[in-house]
Order: sequence, then structure tokens, then C-alpha cells
Amino acid sequence: MIPVPSIEFHPDDRYFAFLRTVSTPECGQGRLAGIPVAVKDNISTAGIETTCASRILAGYIPPYDATVVEHLRREGAAIVGKTNMDEFGMGTTTENSAFGPTKNPADTSRVPGGSSGGSAAAIAGGLVPMALGTDTGGSIRCPAAFCGIVGLKPTYGRVSRYGLIAYANSLEQIGPMAGNVTDVNRLMEVIAGYDSRDSTSLNQAYLHTPDPEIRGVKIGVPEEFFGEGVDPRVASVVWDAISMLERKGAEIVTCRMPSMAYALAAYYVTCTCEASSNLARFDGVRYGDPADTRKTWHESFQERRREGFGEEVRRRIMLGTFALSSGYYGKYYAKAQAARHHVRADFARLFRDVDVLAGPTMPTVAFRFGEKSDPLSMYLSDILTVPANLAGVPAISVPCGKVGNLPVGLQITGRWREDERVVDVAYAYEQGRSA
Amino acid sequence: MTVIIGLEIHCQLDTATKLFCGCSTDYRDDHPNSHTCPVCLGLPGSLPKTNKKAVEYALRVAKALHCEVPEESEFSRKNYFYPDLNKGFQITQYDRPLAVCGHLDIEGDDGPKRVRITRVHMEEDPGRLVHKGGADRPRYTLVDYNRAGIPLIEIVTEPDLRSPREARKFLNKMRATLEYLGVFDSEKEGSLRVDANISIQGSERVEIKNITSYKGVEKALTFEVTRQRNSIRRGQKIVRETRHFVETRGVTTSSRSKEMEQDYRYFPEPDLKPLRVKDWAEAIVIPELPDARKQRFIQDYQLSPTHAATLTGDWQIAEFYETLPVEMRASTGTATWVADTLLGELNYRDMAIRHVPLEHFKELLIIRESGGITDRGAVEVLRTLLDQVKEKGGCEAPAECIKRLGLGVITTPEQGSEDPVTSAARDAITENPQAVDDYRKGRKEALNFLVGQVMKKTRGCAKPADVNRVLTGLLSGKE
Repeated sequence: MIPVPSIEFHPDDRYFAFLRTVSTPECGQGRLAGIPVAVKDNISTAGIETTCASRILAGYIPPYDATVVEHLRREGAAIVGKTNMDEFGMGTTTENSAFGPTKNPADTSRVPGGSSGGSAAAIAGGLVPMALGTDTGGSIRCPAAFCGIVGLKPTYGRVSRYGLIAYANSLEQIGPMAGNVTDVNRLMEVIAGYDSRDSTSLNQAYLHTPDPEIRGVKIGVPEEFFGEGVDPRVASVVWDAISMLERKGAEIVTCRMPSMAYALAAYYVTCTCEASSNLARFDGVRYGDPADTRKTWHESFQERRREGFGEEVRRRIMLGTFALSSGYYGKYYAKAQAARHHVRADFARLFRDVDVLAGPTMPTVAFRFGEKSDPLSMYLSDILTVPANLAGVPAISVPCGKVGNLPVGLQITGRWREDERVVDVAYAYEQGRSA
Repeated sequence: MTVIIGLEIHCQLDTATKLFCGCSTDYRDDHPNSHTCPVCLGLPGSLPKTNKKAVEYALRVAKALHCEVPEESEFSRKNYFYPDLNKGFQITQYDRPLAVCGHLDIEGDDGPKRVRITRVHMEEDPGRLVHKGGADRPRYTLVDYNRAGIPLIEIVTEPDLRSPREARKFLNKMRATLEYLGVFDSEKEGSLRVDANISIQGSERVEIKNITSYKGVEKALTFEVTRQRNSIRRGQKIVRETRHFVETRGVTTSSRSKEMEQDYRYFPEPDLKPLRVKDWAEAIVIPELPDARKQRFIQDYQLSPTHAATLTGDWQIAEFYETLPVEMRASTGTATWVADTLLGELNYRDMAIRHVPLEHFKELLIIRESGGITDRGAVEVLRTLLDQVKEKGGCEAPAECIKRLGLGVITTPEQGSEDPVTSAARDAITENPQAVDDYRKGRKEALNFLVGQVMKKTRGCAKPADVNRVLTGLLSGKE
């Protein structure tokens, strides 16, 4: 018998990036042969506990691999562990993990962003070169920006969601995160492509070599991307980055995106509605601590759900349950879908004139722990990332400088299915910066 | 007091695999949870993938029921908590069903009737709860997800039915239609579930949930008509409520508590794309349906409408009938025999035509038709064979059975002095002097009595004409 090749993985996880690690993960031949890859804990890994950083899933070991994990294994990657996150992806800081927060390697008194904070910190802390994250409303791009790494939210449908434990199905995508654009591109090549098990999958492979040529590319900058709430220091760093692209030959035009006004509301209604339904299956019958059989089933369901879910998850389930209730559906869910159409139409209009849009990924730099204590101010910080999810278009965050010692991300948003182009623009920026 | 009934019929579509995954639907005799995968278990991260065959089957139904099929149809989530519901929601259809506005024609209480179909939609079956340690106070409950994900169609009628009997007739016609379409197997346990809405005109309506048999529907509705009429007579108000049918006792009971009106929080299933069904439906060709086949039986085989209706009212019977030689199909004798005798005997034993080894019965019919056995003899053989099937699952060949029971037709040789008929006739004459006397005095009915005696002695194997001839001969003293 040929021994299965493996690597050793014993990280010094001082930032609490990992919920669990595999000390001698198997690896193989292929495009990612022997490369340690971290996987966010809401992506199913056969034989490795997968909890979504929730107590309600503690002890759940999936019997199957997510499609993206199959792809990683096929290309020889070593799956070294599962990374911390906001419970079920609900958060912008990774503080909502039931198992404790991850620290930002750039400044350990600050959050790494979220919800894929563990993946971003694992890369920024030098524990792995690349990781998988998921992005429902900015969950790849926000931690990428806060930790100073690169993260791509692909076009909806380009990466299979099969095996991704759903939070908000119509918004979320699995995507690559890495220290540089080249590695993001490599990982994207492996995970993207059609999957018959996902009905929303697009029949479009991703095979691409990043091209740093920026001349002739038309970049739109919506005024709203620098609107109220954007830290002027962040704005200044991002404008510098955009100016650099202009110097390299890109054409910069300012524009308007009025639908931004209702993007956040549309996002939070949609994701909470879908979440309230997706998370209904966690009732104590099949996962986590068993339901108390001495009680009636609905009493024990209530008890398991009250104890198993964290505060933010319970809040979003309640919001979504309310918004879908009879008599409110038209007022909330249906309206949110109408607003989504506006956002999509706005992007379509803008992309008739420009090739990509640019702006800051996050309005501010990484928060201090506990800084965003009220949920609403936390939700507001997602304003620049949610439009891409609402419209299903690709967006990448690439580091573009710092405010003090804290990284700032430049967000490039592209046309539907044009993930390659946002990667190219990010690559052009990265190359221009290091030159 | 006019009775108003509308039905919601849930039928399992007879596909090979489940609605949203590749698991086999053939779960009935297997171990619990052996026909499952991440999708039908609703494991976190799994995604549904629509089974095209199931959609095609449902579209066949939509076409057969003359429904309008929209451009696009969509799945929705129906959210509620129950231990048998693995995802906490059921994937079903809500505001964009597969088909609407159809009808099914039946023979109603007052002649031909058109029952309007409100809608036809698809959904997944939930799992099944198995209560251990007594149904009333179970010690514990187990969940079996083998059934989870079996494709169902729900057919909703307008409140067009006017009696429990009419509801039963409607269901029979619906079953026949679905079986003709090859999309449904009524014999599979639990393949049909009916909810019935019933009211007496002017009063509130009551919903009877989860009736699981054809006979149950009529029984439950009959009970409910009586209950509601009595209440009204006593001056009581009918309460709008949900009731359950207790099959074993033949009664409906009010659902325990006044549970809150469920709010299912429907919304479009985000993991599935809308189905483009209009063109798809147009491309589907459906087979001959019961009404058309009935007309053909009347025309081609000159059968009476009643016989034609019975013979085409069940797809398997119609199929059986058409395996018979063409000249036999056009014989009233054969039609009567299949429609009345065979079906009567099956009914009596609570058996379905599928339990019958059809080749054997075809053979029996052919022997009967060719005069190799009398009608009475054939009935005896049929009963014997059916009893064998019921007891042992199989039966002997008809020819063997006829031989074993000595039921072959006794033909009387012209000169035969001591053939069984003649000797039986002699015995009958000796044993019944009174009847002989009466006959000789001119009372012709006495001969019938003697014929009966001879038939009894020959166990029905003699031809009545032979018996008549032999008896008259003997009595007139020619022998």
C-alpha cells in the first residue's frame, strides 16, 4: 500500500483563528499539492467537526464534503483546520462566535472583521497562505480589509454552495482569501465551476492568469461609496489608491448609485428572512444536545433553540420570522426583493459606462473589541459591501494602505460573471503598489 | 340541507427516485432511514435538486385534468416545526403552483358532473414518526426519514361535491386517471392522503384531516354529514374547526386543542430556480384516459355503458380485458364475467386485480367461453383459485383445478346409457316421486325442480340443456 502523503500542522494560534486544527492532514498531487488551506467552519468537511461557531452544532461531524472541499482535496491541498467566525456568519467582527473572538493580527486589541475573521487572521498571522471564506454581506471582504489581506466574493453561482451551511442562500458565496491576488486567483481556479448539485450554479469555469494591464479600463467611483459614515482617513487612503490606478492608465469617472439608500434595509430583511427558515432545522432532534424527551416536543424545541443559539442569531431569527409573518410579507420581504431589483438595475446601468466600480471596502478601520455594542451601528458598517451580494456581482478587497497601523481595503466591484476582471484590477493595483 | 364538499388530495408520484435527491422511493419494506442521503435528511449545507421526472409526472396530471399551466412555476418554503420535518420547512408550492383551473368529469349523484380543480402543485413528503409502546401513551417516538422527499402532488378541488358518495366516486375517477397516466400506484400503503372540507349550506365549514383510504373518505364524510345535521337540528352552531378521522372507530374527533392558526411564513425557495413549465407541458403527450377508453369499449366491443364503465374504471382491469382474444372482448358473457363475477369475488376478498395471476384467469375465461366448463363451475374454480392466492400468494393452473375438482363439463354421449347425467337423472326421478307425479299431471314447473336436483348431483358440471333432454326422455318413458 502506498502511504498517503501528509503534512504536519502545529500552528501557534495566538489570535484564535482556528476552532480546530488537523495536526497531520493528508494532501496529494495537483494544483495545490501540499499547500495548507484553512476552511471556514460553516463549510462541511467530512470527518471534521463543523459547527458554524455555534453551540447548537457542537459535535456535528458532517458525513460528506462540500463541493469546494472535494475540489481542494482533488487538487492535493492539505485541509489544516476550521476557522472561527461569527455564529452562522451573522456578524462583522467574529465577536459573535460561541467559542470566543478572534484577534486581529495587525492589532490584537481590535477585531479581525467578520464573519470570516478566523480565515483572515490565519492568513494575516502567517499560519496559512490561503483559506476559504464565505460572504453573505461582506463576510470575506470586511475581514480581508481589516486584516490587510485579499478576499474575493465571486459572482453568485460561480462557486458551488453545496455543503455550505446556509445562512442566507440567495446572497452568499464561498470565496478565496489569501495574502496576495495571485494566490486568491489560484484558489479561485480550484473552487469555481459548475456543480450539478447546486441548482443556482453557473456553467462557467474559472481559468485565469491575472493581467496587470490597466490602461483603457474605465473605473466608476459612486459618490455614495464615500458618503456619510466613511472615515475621512480611510477615504483619503482609498482615493490615493484610485489615483494610482489612474496614473497607471485607468480612466476614472465619478457616478451615482441612488439605490444604495435602501441596500442595507433590503439586505437585512432578506438575510434574516432566509436565516429564520434555514436555521429551523436545529431543533435538538438531530444535532447538538438532544432535546429533553420528558417535555412536549415544542417545549423542548424552544428550550434547545433558546440555549443553543447566541444572542445575535436569536435576534436575526426573530426579525426574519416577524418579517415573513402573514400580513407583513408584502411590507418587508416583497419590498426587499423590489429594492434588490433596483440595486441590480443600478449596477447594470453603471456597468454600461464603466468596467468596474471602486471604493473603500469598509467605512472605517478595524473596530476595538466591544466598540460596536449596539446592533444597528454594527449593521451600518456593512453598507459598502452588501450591494454586491444583493446584485450577485463579483467584488474583491485588496489592501491599499493603512491608517496608523491598521489596514485599509480597496473594493473593486465588477459586472456579473466578470470575476476575472475584478481580479485583474486588484492585481494591477497590487503590482503597481509593490513596484 | 345541501352538503358542500371540497377535497385536497395528496398523492405520492410513482417515480424511481425522490423529488430533490437520487434516493430510491422503494422504501416500504426496508429498514428505517436506509433510503436517505444528506439532501433528504436535510443535513446542513445540502441543497435540493429537482427531479425532472417528478415534474413531468405532475404535468401529465395537470394536462389530464385540463388545467392551465403558467409560463413559470416556483417552489416555496412552508415553515413549521415538527419532529418529522427534517429541515424545519417543507418545500412545496404556494403562490406559483404548477397548474390551476382544471376539471374532472364524473358520474355524479344526478348524472354527469364536472368537478372543478382549483390547483395542482408539487411538494415533498415529510418523514414519518413511529410511536413505540402504545399509540395512546407512547414511551418514545422514533423518526424514519425514508419517506422524506418522496414526491407528492396536491390536487385541490372547488367545493363542487354534494355527497359523501359523490366524493367517493370522484376519488375513484381521480385514482383511475392517475393510474392511466402511469404516475401513481394506489396499492402502495400511504400513497394517498385526503383532507376534506365539508359544510352544510349556510353553516361554517369543517376540515377533516389526513384520511388515508378511499373507503375512509366516504365514511368520514358520512359521519360528518350526520354529525353536522344533528347539531343544526338541535339548534347548535357548527364550529369552524379541524377534525381528525379515527379510521378504526369510523368517527371524526375535534383536534385536541384550539391550536393557534398556523402561520407558515411562505417565501420562495432560494435554492431552486423557477421552473419553465408551459412549453414543457405542451410537449407532453398523455395516454388514453378512462372516458376515452370507455367510449372505445362501447364502440369496438359493443359493451353496455355500465360494463364499459366498470371495465375501464381501473387501469389494470382495462389492461387485463384487452389481453383477452378480440372476439372474446366483444362477448357480453365475458364482459359480465369480468365486470361482475371476477370483480365481485375480488371485492369480497378485499383483493385487487394485481393480486391475480392474470394468465390463469385468462385461461379460465377462455375455457369457460369455449364451453369447457359451465358458468357455475367456472365460479367455483375462480373462488378456489382466489382463495389459494389469498392464502399462499399463488394458485394452481385452472385446467388442473377443473380436473382436480371434477368440474369439467359432462357431455352426454348419444347412446350413453350410464353417463353421469343419465344416472343422476335416474336417481333424481327415483328420489322424488312426488315431483315426477306432479310433472306427469302436467305441472311443468316440477321439471325445473328435477333439473335442479340433477344439477346439484352433478355439481353444476352438466349443461342444463343436456339435463333437460335426458330428464324429459326418461320421464316420457323412452328409456
